[in-house]
Amino acid sequence: MPLDHNPDKKDFKVVGHVKTRPDGVDKVTGRAKFGADMFAPGMLHAKILRSPHAHARIKSIDTSKAEALPGVKAVVTAADFPDNPDLLANEELVNIRYNVMARGKVLYDGHAVAAVAAVNPRVARQALKLIEVDYEVLPHVVDVELAMAPGAPILHEDLRTNGEGDEPTNVARTIEIGHGDIDAGFKEADFIVERTFTAGAAHQGYIEPHACLANVSGDGSGEIWCCTQGHFMVRDFCAQICGMEVSKLRVTASEIGGGFGGKTTIFIEPVALALSRKTGRPVKLVMTRDEVFRATGPTASSSTHIKMGCTKDGVITAAYAELHYQGGAFPGAPSDMGAMTAFACYQPKAVKALGWDVVTNRPKQAAYRAPGAPMAAFAVESVVSELAAKIGMDPIDFRLKNAATSGSRSSYGPTYSDIGLVETLEAAKAHPNYSIPLGPNQGRGVASGFWFNFGGQTAVSLNVNIDGSVALSVGTPDIGGSRASMCAMAAEELGIPYENVQTIIADTGSLGYNDVTDGSRVTFASGLATIEAARNAKKVLCARAAKIWGIPEDAVKWEDGCAIPAGPNAGEFPPLSIKELAAQAGETGGPIAGHYEISADGAGPSFATHIVDAEVDRETGRITILRYLIVQDAGKAVSPTYVEGQMQGGAVQGIGWALNEEYIYNDKGLLENPGFLDYRIPVASDLPMIDTQIVEVPNPGHPYGVRGVGETSIVPPLGAVANAVAAATGTRPQELPVSPPRLLKLMKDQPLAAE
Amino acid sequence: MAKVVLWGSLSRLADGRKEFDIDAPDIGRMLAALGSEAPKLKPILDKGVTVSIDGTLYRLDRFKTIDPDSEVFILPKMAGG
Amino acid sequence: MTHSHVTTTINGDTVDYLCDAEETLLDVLRDRLGMTGAKEGCGTGDCGACTVEMDGRIVCSCLVLGAEADGRSIRTIEGMAKGEELHPLQRHFLEGAALQCGICTPGILVAARALLEKNPNPSETEIRYWLAGNLCRCTGYDKIIRAVQNAAAEMRGESNAA
Repeated sequence: MPLDHNPDKKDFKVVGHVKTRPDGVDKVTGRAKFGADMFAPGMLHAKILRSPHAHARIKSIDTSKAEALPGVKAVVTAADFPDNPDLLANEELVNIRYNVMARGKVLYDGHAVAAVAAVNPRVARQALKLIEVDYEVLPHVVDVELAMAPGAPILHEDLRTNGEGDEPTNVARTIEIGHGDIDAGFKEADFIVERTFTAGAAHQGYIEPHACLANVSGDGSGEIWCCTQGHFMVRDFCAQICGMEVSKLRVTASEIGGGFGGKTTIFIEPVALALSRKTGRPVKLVMTRDEVFRATGPTASSSTHIKMGCTKDGVITAAYAELHYQGGAFPGAPSDMGAMTAFACYQPKAVKALGWDVVTNRPKQAAYRAPGAPMAAFAVESVVSELAAKIGMDPIDFRLKNAATSGSRSSYGPTYSDIGLVETLEAAKAHPNYSIPLGPNQGRGVASGFWFNFGGQTAVSLNVNIDGSVALSVGTPDIGGSRASMCAMAAEELGIPYENVQTIIADTGSLGYNDVTDGSRVTFASGLATIEAARNAKKVLCARAAKIWGIPEDAVKWEDGCAIPAGPNAGEFPPLSIKELAAQAGETGGPIAGHYEISADGAGPSFATHIVDAEVDRETGRITILRYLIVQDAGKAVSPTYVEGQMQGGAVQGIGWALNEEYIYNDKGLLENPGFLDYRIPVASDLPMIDTQIVEVPNPGHPYGVRGVGETSIVPPLGAVANAVAAATGTRPQELPVSPPRLLKLMKDQPLAAE
Repeated sequence: MAKVVLWGSLSRLADGRKEFDIDAPDIGRMLAALGSEAPKLKPILDKGVTVSIDGTLYRLDRFKTIDPDSEVFILPKMAGG
Repeated sequence: MTHSHVTTTINGDTVDYLCDAEETLLDVLRDRLGMTGAKEGCGTGDCGACTVEMDGRIVCSCLVLGAEADGRSIRTIEGMAKGEELHPLQRHFLEGAALQCGICTPGILVAARALLEKNPNPSETEIRYWLAGNLCRCTGYDKIIRAVQNAAAEMRGESNAA
């Protein structure tokens, strides 16, 4: 849907001025109900037995002792999720079912094997200890390069690369992206930098563990309450895995305590559903933190080889990447997204990016904020800064010289429409942070980042209440304050105060299908649908006024919350407010509503540039972030403080990934740090204030120019931090996280070299 | 006649051809025509791809119109977080 | 299993409950008393989402046994607002967008109130270290720290409070 006016000239009354959010009071008073906050009479508690091995054949499972324990009401295993035709037709869903409950083999430490429902959590825990599983332990592999090597332990005997060939392999897919003559490009280069980088698997680290409450009735219909980024997805997946008719399952999304991509799939919901079906009672299932780390999606870990060349006056002539991503036990590591995004900030004449999607004995990766992009950007931005240093050019000037612009060809192929990378670079360069003098052991790093942003299937429904207030139902769980933005856009269109709109996340029985909240899509797609639903409601309101006045519908227009005659020829009538029209809706044709359904596209990519100053303690290897600046294109910021919050949150997640966060495996393939003590996400005392500057280059694909903002902010930090450390120490980190031991080793192995 | 460009490794399934001139009014019919010109592409196209028309990405809409002078790229299926 | 009978004070009210020996105060609050404002993010005292005050000290309620609350005075998020009137911290969190998903918010508010009652004028560094046991994954902490600063300024009666 096109931009419908020039936002610079549009006088927004509500959009851009949002202060508080509709769900805010409940969240600061403890009233808000999250996944684990729901209870039902007669409720049972469920626990899941998980594999203690990285890779093993399940020879037998004996649940009889557990079932005999007083208080245990049911036990389920893979046998309780039988094949059905709809399921078998969907390869991805077959894998999800296998991930939800192991069948035949366990594929990673923490893979679910059985589950128990009991009268309380203590009995359920006791029962788990009574389930006897006979395992045949198999060789395992958790490293991406080892998994790709000949002779590696094979996870899936039937897996073939791109579905071709005869030999079993762990490489699920390969991809190549690019254009131009790469060899000629490198021949033109005066300087070439070639390096290999690795980034660990970071977990999304939402503070709320997965939780659900399932309740199946005697007539076969069921309900699920759960924390998810997409309750329609939960409904459809669970129904197909459990062999239910979709319409018989109603899913309500609770408040969600963080997701960042990690709650775009299912883990425990079908298990609770199966236990509830078996017992005839409501079943609550809440993961422990240990289970969250061991069995839900971290991101892919990566090994990335980059080669880039430039002329002595700073033109990038060729860019080449090989991206090896391991995505855990099932195919789906986002190496394709890595390959497409790697060089998206630049316009090298020749570009080639190759990606490998590899399976290993780790939990299946799940989406994490701009999935696939941050680790590719880490490698590319490191090399870009190194090239700039080699030719003695300022790193921002170097990026400006090569920056993707509106109308330039993207590295993944298509020509960009209106984009804002140059604006972010210029704003970053002009920002006071860029000229603050640095002391000893301090360094400044710059990096840019790109993310596509997506739209997707969206349905919203808007109802005008009898007092003229508005009830808006959307189907995309609110993970960052989106209800506030929806209220603002509906209020803007209808010309009524922000406070007069209430937005709820409707359950799956109350609204058409909505895709999950992902791809930074909600403010864009649900916002777009909200605007159109409000416009449809305005048409109805105008039609009612026309009836009342006895004039044609096209002689009425909507202005400032009132129907008014469209022009002098329409006649003289005093304005009819939304409140007046609502009060007589019953007598003028019935309830007044507007709805809209769309497969939204045209989300418009988003770019950002980050600048970080870091200080290195040469004795301990500790890195301190001194200051941090984010400049990002938001298209049009509907709720500026929430846009800033998205930018700051994403950047700090990236800082954590760069400095501390990674999955650590021992030689048995078992996760060594499944807790917040040893998997260390940034805490308040680790950080300075995070400075932000919003740039607004309107998205031509949205009526107000909105772009998604949620994901791009995690793309630059890894490279920016690495560049700051390189500047501070003279040695370039090629392994993330650059934890204190790694940095000490790096400084010892590669003594100072000026950069 | 719009020029339709395949992503790098997809051309492997089209006997090395990277570009096709296809006369089709919308995405759905463009993909059908592409699938019949290069049958080995069909399983991939049926599983879902992203289509870029003049720089805008379409993941779903089969009826999006394609102008004769549009720039069209076939890209892998995409998802966000 | 034998139950302990516990008499305690929660947000100023006398409360009686029975609990198992192994039940935590967090289990009791959430599962027996229906006070779900305190959240379980880890169960090991690492995330602070279950923070409550016990006899004036902030504790992770997942590390305190339900039986240990006997004879103590507990303050939780549910007692922070006075009817419809929000505590200045709660108001500044709302106005300053210091929450996104909101799961860590109750714990952080309880911890921040304890700080301001002890030290009405904490420095940024003092706030950051005081709240270092409360993980937030959404905000990057910036707006949380500012909200605490602004609430502190207002509570000190400074007119320039944002």
